[in-house]
Amino acid sequence: MTATAPTAPVPPPAATADAGEKARPVTVRRRPLEHGLVFTAPFLLLYAAFLVWPLLLGVKMSLGNDNIAGTGSDFVGLDNYAEALRDPAVWSSLWNTVWFTLLSTAPLVLVGLVMALLAHHLRVVQWLWRLSWFAPFLLPSGVVGLLWMWMIYPSDFGLADLLLKSVGLTPEVGWLTDTRYAMLSIVLTTVWWTVGFNFLLYLAALQAIPRHLYEAAELDGAGAWHRLRHVTLPMLARTTGVVVILQLLASLKIFDQVYIMTGGGPDESTRPILQYVYEAGFTGYRIGYASAVSYVFFALIVIVSLIHLRMTRRSREEAAK
Amino acid sequence: MSATVKAGPTAGRGLDAASAGRRKIGPRKGSPSAEDGRGPRWTPGRVAMLAVALVLVVLWVLPMAWAVATSLKPENETTRTSLEWVGSRITFEAYGKVWASGDLGRWMLNSAYISVVTTALTVATCAMAAYGFSRTEFRGRRFLYGLVLAGIMVPPQVLIAPLFAEMVSLGLVDTYWGVILPQVAVPAMVFILVKFFEGVPRELEEAAFVDGAGRWRVFWTVVVPLSRPVLAAVAIFTFIQTWNNFLWPFLVTTDPGAMTLPVGLVNVQSTYGARYAQVMASLVIAGLPLLLVFAFFQRQIVRGVAHTGLAGQ
Repeated sequence: MTATAPTAPVPPPAATADAGEKARPVTVRRRPLEHGLVFTAPFLLLYAAFLVWPLLLGVKMSLGNDNIAGTGSDFVGLDNYAEALRDPAVWSSLWNTVWFTLLSTAPLVLVGLVMALLAHHLRVVQWLWRLSWFAPFLLPSGVVGLLWMWMIYPSDFGLADLLLKSVGLTPEVGWLTDTRYAMLSIVLTTVWWTVGFNFLLYLAALQAIPRHLYEAAELDGAGAWHRLRHVTLPMLARTTGVVVILQLLASLKIFDQVYIMTGGGPDESTRPILQYVYEAGFTGYRIGYASAVSYVFFALIVIVSLIHLRMTRRSREEAAK
Repeated sequence: MSATVKAGPTAGRGLDAASAGRRKIGPRKGSPSAEDGRGPRWTPGRVAMLAVALVLVVLWVLPMAWAVATSLKPENETTRTSLEWVGSRITFEAYGKVWASGDLGRWMLNSAYISVVTTALTVATCAMAAYGFSRTEFRGRRFLYGLVLAGIMVPPQVLIAPLFAEMVSLGLVDTYWGVILPQVAVPAMVFILVKFFEGVPRELEEAAFVDGAGRWRVFWTVVVPLSRPVLAAVAIFTFIQTWNNFLWPFLVTTDPGAMTLPVGLVNVQSTYGARYAQVMASLVIAGLPLLLVFAFFQRQIVRGVAHTGLAGQ
């Protein structure tokens, strides 16, 4: 393995480029700075310091009653976890998070797909579709949250009410203060803000569909609808799986829009789990408890990620067949 | 050459080395899909599609247009009983007031500094690590790479409480490094780059080794130039993420002087009260920088986001 031969091994036949990967390390003269660990060290140090370490520290903190500075802690065992599982605020904010995820995922995926199909098939003014549908994704959450908050604010200023009035409706609806509409308003805001990302993913997938499939379908006399149903959509199945999972994971992490637009209200009906972690740890100073709640949330994320892993493995196995 | 370059991982996911190396950054005008034979024929179906698309464009542009329109009105004309897009005159008064009263300029510089440093560090450390994991052999390599891949599952949001405690003990609260450091080691980026490097033909590197080059030379003069498109994609994605990140900078900065643009913007809103033209002017100022960048680098950004977004998972 650690051959010190000063020359590189004989170049193998070209075609085996990826077959011999594991068996054939590139051997070079061993200078200390050429060691593989040197290349990976900067990343690994940061990774250890700011991901692995806080992950472990969080476990330790969740077993104690630390204050915000992480000092003066007593060991309390699993008390924080027991309390978290009994805390109705944990369950309600977990439910709000899941409810938001369920409400937002379908429109975010479907609207993104429709936009991509439109842009792909229209084949004109591509820049217009990309600019208008993707641009909101580039806005900071603060801009989006505040813009929508004021836009749907029931007043002589809010665009939503003015538009509804101009068609003869007088809504005066508390879009963000009425428990019936607050979550829906957050979902709409989020769709407007981030659907452009899914749009781009679908657009890239559409452009990767081999043209000959359409030509073959056309020779068989398939109409536009048939081509969509029997060529395009099946070819997008894998992308859809990825987009759905990405969207689930992104939606579960909701915090910004809610914090900015409703602060979790009315009656905590929109408060997501991350905001509860924030409240417990950063305004309630119970950072040990906040860590425990974080790990309850983490468990949810891991479950979704594992489902994703299983799915990708299966689809990879199918692709290999 | 063309015989050796076998397409990278699975089609449609990720940039593969072969095509990315050859294609460079595509033609500037026209999209790839517009060039093929089936030019636009305006059948009724296509007209209907165009109509739907235009409705969606209006819906998506409307909020932004309204913000800009309001920000250009005199303050006393922002509230009206019916919809008016243009006030009695177009004025930049609100912009002047917002710029003079707040720290928007300061926050913009903070954001720019933090985003540039974070992006540079992320690309450099992740590319080096990916090269180490995909092209060198050392004891523990597989274990360490497995550890990095496992980290893809850990969302940074889960770590806010312990990470903050760590920052307190390191004395990094309210500092640039406190914002930057936790955002640099992104395991998904290493994964993307490893996948890409595995598709780079080894023959090119081996030729350089034969000439006596060390690994660093090979990395800088062979691998990095070949990987420009994917490195650009990672950089663009990281920059957007960092520029717009809210939660972590919001937690780790309490001193207005250290805040980033999104955090400062939210923090300062109460001072504008119900002066809507100023509110909207502040939103336009905060939203504009990335939109301008996007207008100039549309193609690169679209490709960067699409490929990094998909391959990252």
